[in-house]
Amino acid sequence: MITAEQKPLQEILGYIAPYEKILVVGCNECVTVCAAGGRKEVGLLSSAIRLNSAKAGKKIEVLEHTLERQCDPEYVDQLAELAGQVDAVVSLACGCGIQTVASQYPIPVFPGVNTKFMGASESQGIWAERCMGCGDCMLGITGGICPIARCSKSIMNGPCGGSVNGKCEISPDVDCAWQLIWDRLVELGLQDRYEELVAAKDWRPAGGGGPRKIIREDLASSKIITEDNA
Amino acid sequence: MDNFEPEIVAFCCHYCGYTAADMAGTRRISYPSNVKIIRVPCTGKVDAIHLMKALEKGADGVYIAACLEGDCHFKDGNLRAVAHVEKIKKTLEDLGWEPERVAMMNFSAAMGQQFAQAAEEFTEKIKALGPSPASQATSKAV
Repeated sequence: MITAEQKPLQEILGYIAPYEKILVVGCNECVTVCAAGGRKEVGLLSSAIRLNSAKAGKKIEVLEHTLERQCDPEYVDQLAELAGQVDAVVSLACGCGIQTVASQYPIPVFPGVNTKFMGASESQGIWAERCMGCGDCMLGITGGICPIARCSKSIMNGPCGGSVNGKCEISPDVDCAWQLIWDRLVELGLQDRYEELVAAKDWRPAGGGGPRKIIREDLASSKIITEDNA
Repeated sequence: MDNFEPEIVAFCCHYCGYTAADMAGTRRISYPSNVKIIRVPCTGKVDAIHLMKALEKGADGVYIAACLEGDCHFKDGNLRAVAHVEKIKKTLEDLGWEPERVAMMNFSAAMGQQFAQAAEEFTEKIKALGPSPASQATSKAV
């Protein structure tokens, strides 16, 4: 999932300072799971904004709403009535959701979270990066452990000289991804794969070729495909 | 603000905090009527939003009265409550509020005397702090 963390309160309060009526919008997907922007966090942030206005002696009205998903226009359409009543929006979705809301309504939309990475839960309250969306998955040859996301240097043929006792030189808390890969290949009896050198990676599918887009012709309407290729 | 009587909300665990309050009553030990008790099955269920809402609605102080550490009826609910209190204290600090308006307390069911004493002390502390900004705003609106 996409992970996020709430922005410092003062930054959010700074964004909305000029406005008197705002809408705080959450998302029921990834940011709910990582406890950054779900319904509960919408309530907490809205409450904090109200407490701040009480302290500042300023009147501010805060509306709350949480969408099933903020990165789909169909769901963001549901904000039309509320968006028409407010001066600005604070979105607690990831960057994708924030931009979708901003693209649909002609009012300022501010981020309430910092979107961090694509990660998995290690235990309750702890998420770790697992994927960088390189567009050419190599988990099939690395024992299911990603050297792009989990090696500090994203090297294709590791480990490097900074691997000491299974840890990365950047921190004793960071596992050496290539040590993990080797251990996993040994566990699977697939050590031979380690001998195969991986060629220099083509980073264009990873974003090096500009903003990426997926077009599924079997799903997208022909009108949209035609416009897109025009 | 000499005659200021704070509104205080106490979320009390059914098994310990609430029973300690009950014990205080049974033993005829009085504690300030400023403290309004909300009985909960376990303080682990008192979420950060409940503390925030109490403050938002005009409570001048809020505290959680849980079981002693290690004695939670549901294993570690009281430890979860501590985490929520700490989170809200941090939020209040960020907002320029006094974090002392939120507190965590632990009692066994037999600690009626201590419950009453803690209620008295907390009430005095909140009196010294004065009305919360939200309760001031509420009273102005009225």
